Amino acid sequence: MTPIRRMYHPLTTRTQPRRSRVQVLLAPLALAAALLAAPTLQAKTLVYCSEGSPENFTPALNTTGTSFDAARPVYDKLTQFARGSTQVEPGLAESWVVSPDGKVFTFKLRKGVKFHSGVNGFKPTRDFNADDVLFSLERQWKADHPYAKVSGGKYDYFADMGLNDDVAAIEKLDPLTVKITLKKPNVTMLANLAMDFASIHSAEYADMLLKANKKEQFDQLPVGTGPFSFVAYQKDAVIRYRANKDFWGAAGEKALVDDLVFAITPDATARYSKLKAGECHFVIAPRPADLPEMLKDATLKVVNQPGLNIAYWAFNTQKPPFDKKEVRQALSMAIDKAAIIKDVYLGAGQSAKNLIPPTLWSYNDAVKDYPFDAAKAKDMLAKAGVKTPLEIDLWYMPVQRPYNPNAKRIAEMMQADLAKIGVNAKLVTFEWGEYRKRMQQGEHTTGMLGWTGDNGDPDNFFFLRGCEAARPGGQNLSKWCNKAFDERLDKARTIADVKERSKLYQEMQQIEHDDAPDFKIAHSIVYEAMRKEVTGYKQSPFGSHQFNGVELK
Amino acid sequence: MLSFLLRRLALTIPTFIALMFVTFVAIRLVPGDPVEVRVGERGISPERLAMFRHELGLDQPVWQQFLSYCNQLLHGDFGTSLATNQKVLTEFAALFPATIELSLAAMLMAVLLGLPAGAIAAARRGTVFDQTLMGLSVTGYSMPIFWWGLLLIMFVAERWGLTPVSGRIDLIKYYFEPVTGFMVIDAWLSGQAGAVKDALHHLVLPAIVLGTIPLAVIARMTRSAMLEVLGEDYVRTARAKGLPAWRVVGLHALRNALIPVVTIIGLQVGALMAGAVLTETIFSWPGVGKWLIESISRRDYPALQGGVMLISSVVIAVNLLVDLTYGLINPRIRHG
Repeated sequence: MTPIRRMYHPLTTRTQPRRSRVQVLLAPLALAAALLAAPTLQAKTLVYCSEGSPENFTPALNTTGTSFDAARPVYDKLTQFARGSTQVEPGLAESWVVSPDGKVFTFKLRKGVKFHSGVNGFKPTRDFNADDVLFSLERQWKADHPYAKVSGGKYDYFADMGLNDDVAAIEKLDPLTVKITLKKPNVTMLANLAMDFASIHSAEYADMLLKANKKEQFDQLPVGTGPFSFVAYQKDAVIRYRANKDFWGAAGEKALVDDLVFAITPDATARYSKLKAGECHFVIAPRPADLPEMLKDATLKVVNQPGLNIAYWAFNTQKPPFDKKEVRQALSMAIDKAAIIKDVYLGAGQSAKNLIPPTLWSYNDAVKDYPFDAAKAKDMLAKAGVKTPLEIDLWYMPVQRPYNPNAKRIAEMMQADLAKIGVNAKLVTFEWGEYRKRMQQGEHTTGMLGWTGDNGDPDNFFFLRGCEAARPGGQNLSKWCNKAFDERLDKARTIADVKERSKLYQEMQQIEHDDAPDFKIAHSIVYEAMRKEVTGYKQSPFGSHQFNGVELK
Repeated sequence: MLSFLLRRLALTIPTFIALMFVTFVAIRLVPGDPVEVRVGERGISPERLAMFRHELGLDQPVWQQFLSYCNQLLHGDFGTSLATNQKVLTEFAALFPATIELSLAAMLMAVLLGLPAGAIAAARRGTVFDQTLMGLSVTGYSMPIFWWGLLLIMFVAERWGLTPVSGRIDLIKYYFEPVTGFMVIDAWLSGQAGAVKDALHHLVLPAIVLGTIPLAVIARMTRSAMLEVLGEDYVRTARAKGLPAWRVVGLHALRNALIPVVTIIGLQVGALMAGAVLTETIFSWPGVGKWLIESISRRDYPALQGGVMLISSVVIAVNLLVDLTYGLINPRIRHG
């Protein structure tokens, strides 16, 4: 259906905003001046129908994609992920040297990078330098930092990536050189610094607010070096940004529109309607039910790729009969995975055979998934000496997750499949916080959960099956500790060479598959839709959204 | 009059205390505290969990938390949102005008259409008009807001292009800073050509959706109140005097029928607030309804408690105002 658009088809161009009645009177003069000058006063505005309000504009304080998306136009990081990939490339640091022991990282900073001018009355007097890096990282690291307690002061990601414990020193060697020293080697550090929490703020702006006793404004009215500068935010309504004409990045990575608007639209159906009506150019998270119609609409473009996530069903390998490999393999063959993908994911899921999704480097495509074969499964159970009917419990999450749209439905389908081989699964669930806590303690015999990757490093997935995480309270829900797997996991943490690491991770995928500590369900498929006049957008494997380099044709 | 007012005001105090207590306890009965809800699969170390819970005072016994909350409220402090670290009162004040604007528009539509429709239906009792209207009002009253909203968006906005889909103003064409928070007024103050008209256009669909239930209720109530009044002696007298029918119905009867109707209108304010939650979500309307729902899912205790208290104050105030207007409508109910 092509909607009829008359009065509300928005202009992708508009004249500069006029602010008051006085300015209205002056408008003809301005227009004349504009005509004399050049036709460049026509501004292009890109509207993104986002799904919610950010908590604030300091990524270090936040954990949600919504908040990260809202801050991303404003900031840069020392390193960054190349747009549309998990590859780490230079950001505000133009180069770096890693010491042979993998503990010392020396960053050479980019020269002549300007902070945004005019936000909240701030006019930078100097370019970006090492002080800004120290400020941004030390705020999260040092409890006595003047900004440590501002806006609640919870730096979850800094702590979760282990930096609280791992960092030994952050030093300024000269205005354009910063040295970070770790207590133990960690090759994922470069990817960690490309994450949103490591965004670089202006120390000078922080100083200005500190002196004016307005520290809390720092996280609400953001100043950065990014492709767009912040203009205004109205909670639950709109966030406005303007192109940063001084942006340091390559031509294709700059802001290619004049204004960027986040129109906050929480309801997925309303987002789709607005997209069709031309009230926004870009939407995320369309309802699976809308996809067939969307794909047929010639005025729209739909992109998709597997998300950086995994949904799995873990067998508690410390509880009989799941301490036997054959039992785990048998159950892996008893479940009709294709039916789950079709009926629960409704096309927005891809069958998984490895812990990492295929978009992540080191994915081992040679691994052969267990076939769905109930007869063989039954046979294997008998051979393993398991008497049927076997009673097990099957835990499922009480909530929807990005990687699992309906855990209860999946559990019911699994229950039916298991009954066919003589396994009676009792469905169990708890309140979400309680659920995770109990599973991490290992109270389940089998249970579902999943994971969403953070930094695009395979280690960020494989640690989930490491021996360290198998302790009670740890994240390894199979409570599986395999020496061959764990040795490789540890070794890969000390090697900087991606090829070598890749080899280790590929071997680990085969080891894990053969030992079957879990049944891998799916990677969700992330859909995003835009109007066809939008060009240059690159879908991110992290599920984040970025509008530099995006144009309106 | 003054003593009536004071008496009524005094009566609101226990209401507030009860409300405060119920909200406070209810949100704590929902499993999962604000810290646990924040962390996902990633989990949190027991030390960090304990530290955050201590910072938020969640490690204290509930009665102690309640007492310190009461103390805080008595000092006029509604607390700080756990999610955004903004003052609850500041957030509420920024969002509430949008809810009022929408509710006023919805109420205006409901009253302007509901009163005459109900009166005419009563005057023409038993006719096709009456029966159609009453049928429609039952439909309207039982209309699921979410479905009704999406239906209107699909046809009116998408297919026929008569109104925008959602939001409060065309974000591409117009940009001005909020002054009053009422979009129509702010649009006028900005002086940008066409802004007021655009803001009004954006208001049409959500107002219809939110106003549908009150409209149905008002029309039905007016009809039944009118039927009662039309049987009164003074109406017969008026007719006997030879007054034209519109004067009998419009002036003599309607004014007396208004009392129960005004009461209903007052009560509908509560319903409007409840309906605003859904309407605001469908139409991306940045009001307090959506904010409250989010506060629940984030277990943002201060925001939720503060929000409920503030909205209740408004509902109570409106109902008090309604009580006072009785005197204006019917001089016999002047409060001594």
